[in-house]
Amino acid sequence: MNLVKLTIDNKPVVVEQGTTILEAAKSIGIKIPSLCYMKMDDMNFENKPGGCRVCVVEVEGRRNLAPACKTECLEGMVVKTHTVRVINARRTVMELILSDHPAECLTCAKSGECELQDLAQNLGIREIHYTGEQSHYKGDRSPAIIREMDKCIMCRRCETACNEVQTVGVLSAVNRGFESVVAPAFEMDLDHSVCTYCGQCVAVCPTGALTERDYTWKVIEALVDPNKTVVVQTAPAVRAALGESFGMEPGTLVTGKMVAALRKLGFDYVFDTDFAADLTIMEEGTEFLDRLTRHLNGDKSVKLPILTSCCPGWVKFFEHQFPEMIDIPSTAKSPQQMFGAIAKSYFAKKLDKKREDLVVVSVMPCLAKKYECTREEFSVNGDADVNVSVTTRELAQLIRNANIDFASLTDEEFDQPLGESTGAGVIFGTTGGVIEAAVRSAYELHTGKHLEKVEFNELRGMEGSRKATVDFDGMKLNIGIAHGLGNARKLLEDVKSGKSDFHAIEIMACPGGCIGGGGQPYHHGNVDILKKRQRAIYEEDAGKPIRKSHENPFIQELYKEFLGKPLSDLSHELLHTHYFDRKKKVEIEE
Amino acid sequence: MSNKVKSLQDLRKMRDELKGKINLREKSDNPDNLVQIKVSMATCGIASGARETMNYIIDDLDNQAIDAVVTQTGCMGYCYAEPTIEVTLPGEEPVIIGNVDTKKASEIIEKYIKNGELVDGIIPDTYKTIDNK
Amino acid sequence: MAKYKNHILVCGGTGCRASQSEAIAANLQKAVDENNLGNDVQVVKTGCFGFCEKGPVIKMVPDNTFYVHVAPEDAEELVLEHLVKGRKVERLLYIDPETKAPVSDSRHMDFYKKQLRIALRNCGFIDPENIDEYIARDGYSALGTVLEKMSPEEAIKVVKDSGLRGRGGGGFPTGLKWELTYKSESDQKYVVCNADEGDPGAFMDRSILEGDPHSVLEAMAICGYCIGADTGLIYIRAEYPLAIKRLKIAIDQAREYGLLGKDIFGSGFDFDVSIRYGAGAFVCGEETALIHSMEGMRGEPTVKPPFPAQSGYKGKPTNVNNVETFANIPAIFLKGAEWFNKIGTEKSAGTKVFALAGKVNNVGLIEVPMGTTLREVIFDIGGGIKGGKKFKAVQTGGPSGGCLTENHLDLPIDYDTLLASGSMMGSGGMIVMDEDDCMVSVAKFYLDFTVEESCGKCTPCRVGNKRLYELLDKITLGKAEEGDLTLLRNLANVIKDTALCGLGQTSPNPVLSTMDNFPEEYEAHVKDGKCPAGQCRALMQYVIDQNLCVGCTLCSRVCPVDAISGEKKMPHFIDSSVCIKCGACMEKCKFGAISVQ
Repeated sequence: MNLVKLTIDNKPVVVEQGTTILEAAKSIGIKIPSLCYMKMDDMNFENKPGGCRVCVVEVEGRRNLAPACKTECLEGMVVKTHTVRVINARRTVMELILSDHPAECLTCAKSGECELQDLAQNLGIREIHYTGEQSHYKGDRSPAIIREMDKCIMCRRCETACNEVQTVGVLSAVNRGFESVVAPAFEMDLDHSVCTYCGQCVAVCPTGALTERDYTWKVIEALVDPNKTVVVQTAPAVRAALGESFGMEPGTLVTGKMVAALRKLGFDYVFDTDFAADLTIMEEGTEFLDRLTRHLNGDKSVKLPILTSCCPGWVKFFEHQFPEMIDIPSTAKSPQQMFGAIAKSYFAKKLDKKREDLVVVSVMPCLAKKYECTREEFSVNGDADVNVSVTTRELAQLIRNANIDFASLTDEEFDQPLGESTGAGVIFGTTGGVIEAAVRSAYELHTGKHLEKVEFNELRGMEGSRKATVDFDGMKLNIGIAHGLGNARKLLEDVKSGKSDFHAIEIMACPGGCIGGGGQPYHHGNVDILKKRQRAIYEEDAGKPIRKSHENPFIQELYKEFLGKPLSDLSHELLHTHYFDRKKKVEIEE
Repeated sequence: MSNKVKSLQDLRKMRDELKGKINLREKSDNPDNLVQIKVSMATCGIASGARETMNYIIDDLDNQAIDAVVTQTGCMGYCYAEPTIEVTLPGEEPVIIGNVDTKKASEIIEKYIKNGELVDGIIPDTYKTIDNK
Repeated sequence: MAKYKNHILVCGGTGCRASQSEAIAANLQKAVDENNLGNDVQVVKTGCFGFCEKGPVIKMVPDNTFYVHVAPEDAEELVLEHLVKGRKVERLLYIDPETKAPVSDSRHMDFYKKQLRIALRNCGFIDPENIDEYIARDGYSALGTVLEKMSPEEAIKVVKDSGLRGRGGGGFPTGLKWELTYKSESDQKYVVCNADEGDPGAFMDRSILEGDPHSVLEAMAICGYCIGADTGLIYIRAEYPLAIKRLKIAIDQAREYGLLGKDIFGSGFDFDVSIRYGAGAFVCGEETALIHSMEGMRGEPTVKPPFPAQSGYKGKPTNVNNVETFANIPAIFLKGAEWFNKIGTEKSAGTKVFALAGKVNNVGLIEVPMGTTLREVIFDIGGGIKGGKKFKAVQTGGPSGGCLTENHLDLPIDYDTLLASGSMMGSGGMIVMDEDDCMVSVAKFYLDFTVEESCGKCTPCRVGNKRLYELLDKITLGKAEEGDLTLLRNLANVIKDTALCGLGQTSPNPVLSTMDNFPEEYEAHVKDGKCPAGQCRALMQYVIDQNLCVGCTLCSRVCPVDAISGEKKMPHFIDSSVCIKCGACMEKCKFGAISVQ
């Protein structure tokens, strides 16, 4: 490993060859401002187009200023980060960016979380000397994502997320010069593209150009409607991140406070998507064992591996990109939709209400869930199983609107019967969690033996694509895990070409799984936040008295009272779904 | 393919064969170092056989591999002595010769062009050159 | 083989073709056949002669008679008179603008006298669609010699010793570039020819490809041998159809002769060339943007390093040279590095091709030794300023260059002198301006181009150039305020200092150089609200001389906005707040009473 020595602002520093000036400066406490630059090591995310030119510095002997994010340190380099020339250039560049950005901070969804706003403050911009025409682009409102590209500053982070991390390929720069903007091909709407609504573009956007479609008002309307019984379900990853919106340390578990806040907001029943996660394990796990057994018995009509199907971004991804493989994923619905279906049947019956009188609200870390609940197959006579899906961020907004002092709330418990969950349901929120939950139950159901150690460390971690072999009492099960659709694509290509020998694969669209979802409080590129959320999820699991889905007493009761057994006819009707070949659809629309 | 070039030698051979195709242009670009012959090709010249003379000169020079530029020009005003030609050796003043049939042309080439010996029939120089425009 | 006694060279460059040179050639051939001269006279369609101002041009060989502004109808007369009767067709000869006398021999024309053609050596001389003519001119023997007698190191040394520098604009030493790519280790390397010529008014590369495509192919193969590449790619804009067609023919012929393909000259060296089309974006002339475009990506530059020599096309070491650079290579190997190095100046060896345009008499394509002065180019070759007007400025280097003034006229043209004078060599655009040109408007014109051609990747170029343009626009509209000139200069400097690629870094040059060289013109616009050149319409004022006006009312009747009022037979007035400065009144006035102030 070669080391190079240089000085930055007269301070000597020794770094590995290949280190950028920005990184080297950071290592000695010099924070060079940057804007388009974003790097998340474990997530395969690196955006440094060197485009915004905010991080320029003076390098002795060079004619022009150099972008610190993109310029590698060389032996003997002399770098100055705050000369008059640099400060003037940086401020002028910043003024230029602001001169083509709507001054709508007061009403912008991103205000307070906006990196452009922060930077303008940081640089002390008080006047924009260069004014002129501003760019205008047509707006785009999909069920999940809103694009207000007038606010785009061409940092290209969304492109990196969409193309390199997710390999979805919807977003790219179109037009030239001043008219340049990031958009789907031909500037079509996201709705007409192969967008999976994973929301990773929103997660990395520094400004308010990409945001979630806000449904908070729909929630408020339902809550004040006296004729509606409003039921809320909260996804596992929400409790590991919601606290951040109220200034708490990342990784703070706020399950109890969240339940209390939801009750204060006026929800009639505060339930848990984790319950539906346990239900998912019952259905998906049974389906897996069924396919596995038949496969082992030589049934050639059975395909393995089985792929998880709880992530709607992932589902839309394979419907567009791998339509020839739509018979491989489990037919089990996602927990959100299982919950909706059970709430509007089993639970409505318990309350002796019609399904239309119930409003099911979901709080999700996810933007694709907003899209998922609008899919036609998830409604009965026009009444959606899940009526409204809001993000963690929107929930925080609702709580603030209701003047609730979140931090001082006393913990409360979920309602029953749909609020009980096991540790297995909780870990659905992180990469590796769904398959671990499945293994916990499948092991016992398959071998009939008691599983002593429920933690499968081999399935845990943050690497984008992981492999593990689990011993099912002598039978070796090959498990694959991928998070981030780019990693999923690679695994899927291997399956398609027959190169892999997996029995089961878990896939989550977002880096880190749901904890890194597009609806979570903004991480601003800090991967540690995701790691802390993951830790919180496993912490919640560890603290649960029951940690295997099939041991959830309310799940057992649900089967006894209502569904019969996993994969029963009623289960099929309510808890399973089918997939569409969307390749054709998009081509026809084009 | 017969015209595949397989070596540098091949190419050189080919070039030498092809040179003739553009030789005329090469010469016209650099006439000052070459023998320049102008053949008067007005009606009177043509009637007296200037075309035959010109063809003969071109062919003969070519056969003997003498680098020369042979061009035609308008009436030189010596209609009584057609076909008339003007010969300019490199570095020399032009010389006009009258009544040049193929036989005379051969003599001019052998004596004047190759050896610098003057021949009979030179018309006294009372003007500069024809193409001094 | 027929032994032709006369060759008629017909310019087949895009310019002359646009004015029917195809039809001229066809008619000439027809007339030749009709006069039974088919065995004596060969009609050849060549590449560009360069003297586009006078196009379509043809040249009679061997007497070197140059005919200008030829029309298809002239063909018969030319054949009958010139070839059959041996009389020159006087009315089609070039007229010397000084002496007013016709000049028949192109070698005696001022336009050609000071030129030295190396890159253009075959343009207007051979039939570009016939490889035999190229071979007859020693074509491919440089390649043969390199392959048979030289190691890559030795060949690279020849290029280094020649002193050849990149003709695309930057002037990077070509031999050094080759050496860097040679030294990059890789299983696969590429040679790329940059034919994405995009400067307004420039057509050097196009003319070379149209007139002498083989010279580029030969050079690419030599380069491939030197750096260790077996694949050559030519990136050319799709709006150069003739160049593309001739390149394709050339590639096919070279393959047929075994001069491209496997085992060239029996040396074991494989090399083939294919064409990649661009959509005509100026920024794709920047080598990293060009490579992205070839890869099917958006034509955007990336920060260098890494240089293409390390990581280029598909991440492999890639040597990118421009067309003109390549066109010099075969000549360098044929005549030797020393020969080339002696031409031009110490640090800028060889010649440079320029597309001379603007307010000069002889618009066209020229090639002169480096070190020739701007005065020689503009006044000797270019024949001076059109209409006897006064020279004001010359823009070299296209939108990336600067405007040079009378004070710079005697400077030798080379990379370093031009750069030191606030302009640059660029790829060879040279636009001459006269006293009627407003320098603020000129800067605005170039900025308009850059704004249009910016890829949009970096802030200074995407937004900065737009703001720069808007400021200039404000100045030409007379709306600029005190302080705007300071803002303008600061912005121009910051863009130069911070833009990502060459396009952005040089785009303020027209502004900075005109501000430096014509400060009084900027100030006149801002402080006095006047455009000294009388170009900026918004700053003009039409006035009626009260002493000359007879009150005929013609002006008030022609005025489209009713800005003129006055009693019949009484002097009229123009209300300047209503006037749209269309000039109709001035045109109509029979008494010369209306003038612009």
